[in-house]
Amino acid sequence: MSLSISLTVNGVARDIPLDDPRVTLLDLLRERLDLTGTKKGCDRGQCGACTVLVDGRRINSCLALALSCDRSHVQTIEGVAQGDVLHPMQAAFIVRDVFQCGFCTPGQIMSAIGLMQEGQAGNDPERVREGMSGNLCRCGAYVGITEAVLDAQKAIGELDRKHAA
Amino acid sequence: MKTFDYLRPTTIAEAVAAASEPGAAYLAGGTNLLDLMKGGITQPRRLVDVNHLPGLDAIEQLADGGVRIGARVRNADLAHDAAFARRFPAVAEALLSGASAQLRNAATVGGNLLQRTRCAYFYDVASACNKRQPGAGCEARGGDTRLHAVLGWSESCIATNPSDFCVPLVAFDAVVEIAGGTGQREVSLESFPRLPGDTPERESVLEPGELIVAVRLPAEAAGFSAHARYLKVRERTSYAFAVVSAAAALRIEEGAIAEARIALGGVALKPWRARAAESVLTGARPDGVAFRRAAEAALAGATPSGDNAFKIELARRIVTRALTLAAAGTPDRVPALPASPFAHAPGALMHV
Repeated sequence: MSLSISLTVNGVARDIPLDDPRVTLLDLLRERLDLTGTKKGCDRGQCGACTVLVDGRRINSCLALALSCDRSHVQTIEGVAQGDVLHPMQAAFIVRDVFQCGFCTPGQIMSAIGLMQEGQAGNDPERVREGMSGNLCRCGAYVGITEAVLDAQKAIGELDRKHAA
Repeated sequence: MKTFDYLRPTTIAEAVAAASEPGAAYLAGGTNLLDLMKGGITQPRRLVDVNHLPGLDAIEQLADGGVRIGARVRNADLAHDAAFARRFPAVAEALLSGASAQLRNAATVGGNLLQRTRCAYFYDVASACNKRQPGAGCEARGGDTRLHAVLGWSESCIATNPSDFCVPLVAFDAVVEIAGGTGQREVSLESFPRLPGDTPERESVLEPGELIVAVRLPAEAAGFSAHARYLKVRERTSYAFAVVSAAAALRIEEGAIAEARIALGGVALKPWRARAAESVLTGARPDGVAFRRAAEAALAGATPSGDNAFKIELARRIVTRALTLAAAGTPDRVPALPASPFAHAPGALMHV
């Protein structure tokens, strides 16, 4: 079979030829599509820096073969803002000053958006911490990350209520 | 990573034929396999991608009251299936205590059954390992053995099975459905992984090309839903493998234990069903004395394989505590810290 795949990346449909079956989704995004916001930390599924949404679910892109993702929708950190308007999760990370070195941040934000869409954590900080345990931050910004996730969930809840009204 | 041929079959028969070739491996979630390939621990010449195979991703209620879980169902989807979690709460708790949310979104039921050991000597290709290279020897023996097996180990291999999910499955008599070149067969999940003996390279009963298509839980397993827990001691609160874990489930009738189920994780190369301990509890009052006696029975045959004698007493205490938590009743919802000894649940027993 040919090694080309079709992917929708941040809303744009693309046909992508692959010359090597070993390419992971992470390497495809970074090295071939120039989407370098997604970070390569451990490359072994232990740190979460490479977290992206595939068909709306957060996964470690370092442990997914690009070939296996054929025909799926991928969302990366480059695709969460609406033009110049930041996603509420990005905005909350800024307000809570959750950046130190910033390397884990794209993965944290994608993971937090996935967590919110899963709808399991609610406003319980313990469930947020548990749900974010797949994202390591070696600067130790965990307290601020939990606060930012809770803030963003609240902000999005209020936005939804406004739209419903 | 060594390169490989990539095949994407569209039927089970095609998949089995493609994977029957020497050097072939199935690829599903990839969360374990790609990690092993990146480390050079395993080097398949052919990957047979089953991610697009139809018909393996359903959770079906069976007419006899059991449930059939397709091999491609993702760990997160099973754990968060409300009907499943209500009937099999210890299984949901075990799933949610494993790995991270990202990994649970990718990892599959079938893949979980085939997870390789996390023994550091197996992972380090510079170390001798009878699993990786039969006859090479075992460098774990006499090495750093804190986390190694205390039950069912042999001189050739002292590794443990890393699965959480499989621990309650073994307690509840789960069955594995397997497709092969000559049709389908099924085996109990308890007999699916092999103990190391003299052939630690043979990790399961699967023959070349055979594919796990589903796991079934019998209707009786749901009879424990009011008193079923999973408890897991880890070296950090979340996102870590078990040092020792236990699934404990009770059917309590008129204040006495009608039936008990107990299985241990992190102690052997397979999830360890403790039938002798279950027998001890039949007819007993659900109290600390009975639970401690059951725990003694569960670990009766345990011996350290190195510097890990502490795991035997730890396992006794985890069994005792898991039984105590089960007797107190299944919580309405999986706790915020699933299976954690540090979980705070209002009104729950903390120190036993």
